[in-house]
Amino acid sequence: MLIRHPADIRSSEITDQKTYLNRREFVRAATGTVALAAAGAIGAEALLHAQPPAPHGAKLPNVKPGDFSTTEKANTWEQITTYNNYYEFGTDKDSPAHYARRLKPAPWSVAVEGEVAKPAVWHFEDILKGQTLEDRIYRHRCVEAWSMVIPWVGFPLADFIRKVQPTAKAKFVEFTTLADPDQMPGIRYPSLRWPYVEGLRMDEAMHPLTILVVGLYGEVVPNQNGAPLRVVIPWKYGFKHAKSIVKIRFVERQPMNSWQRSQPNEYGFYANVNPTVDHPRWSQAKEIRLPGLFRNHTTRMFNGYGDQVAKLYNGMDLRKNY
Amino acid sequence: MTENQVTRWLLKPAVFIAALVPAAILIYLAWAAYNGNQSAWPALTGNFSANPLEDITHGTGDWTLRFLCIALAVTPLRRLTGWNGAIRFRRMLGLFAFFYGTLHFLTWAILDRYISLDFPDGALSWSAVRTFAASVGEDIYKRKFITAGFAAFVAMWPLAITSTTGMIRRLGGRRWQRLHRLIYFSAVAAVIHYTWLVKSDIRRPMTYGLIVAILLGFRLYWARRSIDA
Repeated sequence: MLIRHPADIRSSEITDQKTYLNRREFVRAATGTVALAAAGAIGAEALLHAQPPAPHGAKLPNVKPGDFSTTEKANTWEQITTYNNYYEFGTDKDSPAHYARRLKPAPWSVAVEGEVAKPAVWHFEDILKGQTLEDRIYRHRCVEAWSMVIPWVGFPLADFIRKVQPTAKAKFVEFTTLADPDQMPGIRYPSLRWPYVEGLRMDEAMHPLTILVVGLYGEVVPNQNGAPLRVVIPWKYGFKHAKSIVKIRFVERQPMNSWQRSQPNEYGFYANVNPTVDHPRWSQAKEIRLPGLFRNHTTRMFNGYGDQVAKLYNGMDLRKNY
Repeated sequence: MTENQVTRWLLKPAVFIAALVPAAILIYLAWAAYNGNQSAWPALTGNFSANPLEDITHGTGDWTLRFLCIALAVTPLRRLTGWNGAIRFRRMLGLFAFFYGTLHFLTWAILDRYISLDFPDGALSWSAVRTFAASVGEDIYKRKFITAGFAAFVAMWPLAITSTTGMIRRLGGRRWQRLHRLIYFSAVAAVIHYTWLVKSDIRRPMTYGLIVAILLGFRLYWARRSIDA
């Protein structure tokens, strides 16, 4: 007769302490589900918002103040982590906050492919090795005409690109986001063609303002904001900022990014913040700095980063290359 | 009490108050947001997201569509269940669709348009009125989802104006009824408005579309049967 020895419990089956400590979160989520059912019964969709905010992440060590931060008042952790466009978790603004806990940001690896001297799969830890993390408080402007101020933590994408040594043929960088239906319930609905793909021209990718983000408010970046690794290009609309990156590919031809593929007359490749070029369905001249009741800010060219980036687009027709 | 009295003094006031609850919640949350607060009773009222303007716009729009569907459901309900008393709620429910549609329209016209304009001669000057009208007109003309939404709203006006008992008498029941079929147009235009608004996920507008299609389908079916008979 086989008597199972306690050692048969694989270490992977043991609840780790963090999850264990998160049981309150689970109880609260369960309470939320009951509230949801009740809300459905009486048709009060507003109750959906009564869900608890996301838990905070772990503190990141040795974060240096960055050079390019704005002094504008940053949005709260709550605002930044409960109002997100991350369609892999659903198309409502609060879907990512509800479902992103299913994402496993560790272990994580990123495949670096295409026109590089050393194509390889990089472990997340190796990407960070020797890298100085910086605070970068950036303005964030969504193509939907709202904006926030977000204290990201990250490092220049250029630093990583130098490590992987692109060849002379590399003219563009293409980012691919994870598309796993088990971790991301929104993948089951084709709101976009999965996986999500974004791209940058090489000089945009190498620009010192362009960063790979791993943190928020000095803590590990929450899943709904693109954990464990996302790109931020502060002078471009938010949809350019690929989240939860699993592949970085160096290519010769301009990549076809997801929103351009979906609606080419509304979303282009460049997506530079530009108050003079309207979205076909709304004006881009003004924006709502959240939380706000109306369009309380005038949108600035290149989201106010024109001094640093306007030269990248000398001689380009930005009305055509929207 | 007779059935008439129960409807008049109990059921109708109850439905009236219930129909005002979503508006009361939205106004309360907007007031709280204006003062930089959140709801004091989140379990009861929910809370706005980081974008209160979007929440108010979507909230009032959703309730307009819901009341359009509810008002359109009265006749099928009456015919399928034989409960003729249902008809007595129809005008009130239709007026609530108009009420929420008006809130939706005003949210856009005032919070999205008016406030974001610059008025060098003051916010209440003649030139301000012209700038505002031009801005509203431009949006209606240039953006087709707003064209559809505005058409749905405009078509509700004659129905709201002729909603009194006196107007029914003046127009005559048959003509009044024919005029009020404009609500079919409003409902369809509202669904189109919603469909054109969303970026890529059309499941919710399609759900409304299906409900409206079923409710109008009943009428088509009954109309054809009465011709055959």
